[in-house]
Amino acid sequence: MEENNKSKQEYSKMVDMVSPNSSLVMNCIKAFVVGGLICVAGEAMNKSFSNYNFTKDEVSLLVNVVLIGATALLTGLGLFSKLGKFSGAGTFVPITGFANSMVSPAIEFKKEGWVFGMAAKMFTVAGPVIVYGLVTSMVVGFIYFVAEKVM
Amino acid sequence: MDYIKAFIVGGIICLIGQILVDKTKLTSGRILVIFVSLGCILGGLGLYKNIVDFGGAGATVPLTGFGYVLSEGVKEEVDKIGFLGIFTGGLKASAGGISVAVFFAFLSALLFNPKSKG
Amino acid sequence: MSKKMGNQTIRFANPPIIVSAAAIVGKKEGEGPLADFFDKVVDDPNWGEDSWEKAESKFVRETMALAINKASIKTKDIDYVFSGDLLNQCCGSTFGIKDFKIPFFGLFGACSTMGESMSLGAMAVDGGFATNVLCGAGSHFCSAEKQFRFPLGMGTQRPPSATWTVTGNGAVVIGNQGTGAKITHITTGKIMDMGIKDAGNMGAAMAPAACQVIAAHFQDTGRHPDYYDVIATGDLGYIGRTILRKLLKDEGYILNENLTDCGIEIFDRDKQDTHSGGSGCGCAAATFCGYYNTLINYGKIKKLLLVPTGALMSTTSSQQGESIPAIAHAVAIEME
Repeated sequence: MEENNKSKQEYSKMVDMVSPNSSLVMNCIKAFVVGGLICVAGEAMNKSFSNYNFTKDEVSLLVNVVLIGATALLTGLGLFSKLGKFSGAGTFVPITGFANSMVSPAIEFKKEGWVFGMAAKMFTVAGPVIVYGLVTSMVVGFIYFVAEKVM
Repeated sequence: MDYIKAFIVGGIICLIGQILVDKTKLTSGRILVIFVSLGCILGGLGLYKNIVDFGGAGATVPLTGFGYVLSEGVKEEVDKIGFLGIFTGGLKASAGGISVAVFFAFLSALLFNPKSKG
Repeated sequence: MSKKMGNQTIRFANPPIIVSAAAIVGKKEGEGPLADFFDKVVDDPNWGEDSWEKAESKFVRETMALAINKASIKTKDIDYVFSGDLLNQCCGSTFGIKDFKIPFFGLFGACSTMGESMSLGAMAVDGGFATNVLCGAGSHFCSAEKQFRFPLGMGTQRPPSATWTVTGNGAVVIGNQGTGAKITHITTGKIMDMGIKDAGNMGAAMAPAACQVIAAHFQDTGRHPDYYDVIATGDLGYIGRTILRKLLKDEGYILNENLTDCGIEIFDRDKQDTHSGGSGCGCAAATFCGYYNTLINYGKIKKLLLVPTGALMSTTSSQQGESIPAIAHAVAIEME
């Protein structure tokens, strides 16, 4: 076996042939159904909170409070990882996944201390999400500013 | 009817995420980054609003909805205070969501201990 | 007469003896097909400590103490300890044995560490530098996941090619006197890197290293695959074993039923949802110390080639886009 480019390419092909693929169809159905159901729960809360005197922004914040709170509870009890294993993107693409990505390292890394363990590791995934979200929003804001105010 | 729309729109967004996981070997963290940026770009282009109008929570609960909130927030602030709104709008609009997540993560760390699995 | 044979192999003049072996594993391993062969199954992943890392060190400490005890010798009769694990700076081992006060060599061979420690230990004994040495390796599912992958509470899916890190530790006392199987040859592996980057498919990354060292062993010793009752790699899993068979066939060696893998033996993948198999330093270590050494001592098998396999990447090298280099060490264990 030689470590040259040709044999590396051939090896990579052979590995792809031998390695099983994830059962894409089944995974997609599970993600679709679970993700859909979480959104239906969000919609139901949207409607019921709207019956009270909340503004639109307050309603969506309250929906987030419930979904994030539920995620935190399930994560703390060790149940979210079981659900996530089943539903994949169905639970991590909704706000539940964002919340889980903050709660799980916060719990796990408190052994390394409350400052650089818990508090720092809380943002391993959420940090990049916030950074790229904000940077994109600045780009969007800049283009909007140029389009609306300058031109 | 709104529930069915929310189910379908939310389901499809998650399904796209699942295809990315299984086909590209991107980790879930990277996919969240892509989704939030994508939601923000679509929001900036004015397209995501149509999805929200149609799908309701189906469009706001997935992380693309978080990106949409950022884009709406930044536009609103630019309208209100002009140039500096570019810097403040996104975080202002998402402040509630981020703070709630920090609160619950902190609380969970106080209440729970790490668990094994399997 | 030189003890070196060919390029990579050593033939021991006075083959060192595996005087005793001990294996302690976690709950999941204790529910697997090899359950009855382990000395102890610990259900609590913390084992009474307040972190998984401390528990991992306790596995090291208790397994090594048990191996010494089973050899009917005292701690002070051990000349050297050779041990390693997966944690950064080998902390699992160092914190585990720091109170033993025995001269210590800390090893890092990733999941191949058991092969490395037994090779070096046997060399020390055969070379006349030691009467008894203690060789071990271990891993802990929770601390390994935490260090290399995601927090356990995170809701992610594992690909079908992924393996499950074994919680467990194996240790042997190797000496120049006593009864037990003998280490007759060792073949030390070279690092192989065939460009695999997918950390979710370690079997594929490590199979070329296993192929290289096994082929070198046959070449250097002149032995054939059917000389051994069992050839057991460390943690290639089902996918890695399939690849290894193909690679060895290309080298002209046909291996059939006698080729297995500790990662395949230690779990029941259908019932235990372990996907491609077990992995980690503890996989080869606990499977050998608990299972194979017992089979040898009861005469069920006579000749074993143990080939622990290791992937030598770090989280940093992976993030910098490097592929996964791998290594494997072959240890020939025979009962007369």
